[in-house]
Amino acid sequence: MKKILLSFLMLFLSTFFSFAQQTTGVEMADQMRSSGKIYVVIATIVIVFIGLAIYLFTIDRRLKKIEREN
Amino acid sequence: MKFIYQSWWKVLAVVTIIYTLVAGLTFHVPTLPILHETIRNLYFHVPMWMAMLVIFSISVWYSIKYLRTGQEAYDLIAVECVNTGVVFFIFGLVTGMIWAKYTWGEYWSNDPKQNSAAIAFLLYCAYLVLRNSIDEEQRRAKISAVYNIFAFPIMIVLIFILPRLTDSLHPGNGGNPAFGKYDLDSRMRVVLYPAFIAWPLIAVWIATLRYRIRLIENKRNTL
Repeated sequence: MKKILLSFLMLFLSTFFSFAQQTTGVEMADQMRSSGKIYVVIATIVIVFIGLAIYLFTIDRRLKKIEREN
Repeated sequence: MKFIYQSWWKVLAVVTIIYTLVAGLTFHVPTLPILHETIRNLYFHVPMWMAMLVIFSISVWYSIKYLRTGQEAYDLIAVECVNTGVVFFIFGLVTGMIWAKYTWGEYWSNDPKQNSAAIAFLLYCAYLVLRNSIDEEQRRAKISAVYNIFAFPIMIVLIFILPRLTDSLHPGNGGNPAFGKYDLDSRMRVVLYPAFIAWPLIAVWIATLRYRIRLIENKRNTL
């Protein structure tokens, strides 16, 4: 009897835990944020974008030179 | 048209995009099932379409201006705008496909939004092919201007209206709520709206660079 009661209790508790997980369980990259590794990603993207922007600016400048010659 | 030689708006666009890169990855987003962190794609996928829309609108504007005045420069602006717009079209399609893979399960699930976007893409490819198939300059300019004016509303209908009328997985279509419903707290807007302004500016910048090159080439060819 005791065993059955205990197992019922366990069953009840396990469903309780699984429900608890469902309510908060939308997975987000919180670990990446808390460990600060997200900044590595940001740094990479920003560097790539700044590089492309500088590239565009140099094209702009070269074009200006050619326009002046024409 | 003096502003295309100025750089303040180019710097503004670059700084704004750097802000959206940083803020887009760090600021708060709603926690939603299926989407998880990919909701941040909103800051980078949707502005591509915004840039495409703005640059195609400019193209139509100058096509109309060309038909009214017959000035060759307007035709050149229209072409280079389409050339740049097509690039952003590809960016939008590819980023959408990647996002779809991780939320809808397939890169291409023949969703109405995807299919009609692909048709609209072919529509603009046809514009570029049409241009290259006509040798005489004035005829080319006139025909492609007329085509461009007709292609634009068809593109709008294909991408933004028809998918709304059927069942689509894409947010904002076929009864699905758009993301406007999720970011009611406005915390996503502080990133999304600057991106909506900055990416079109980048597209305009690239288009003006191409237009200026085209002007020089044109001058050389006529000499």
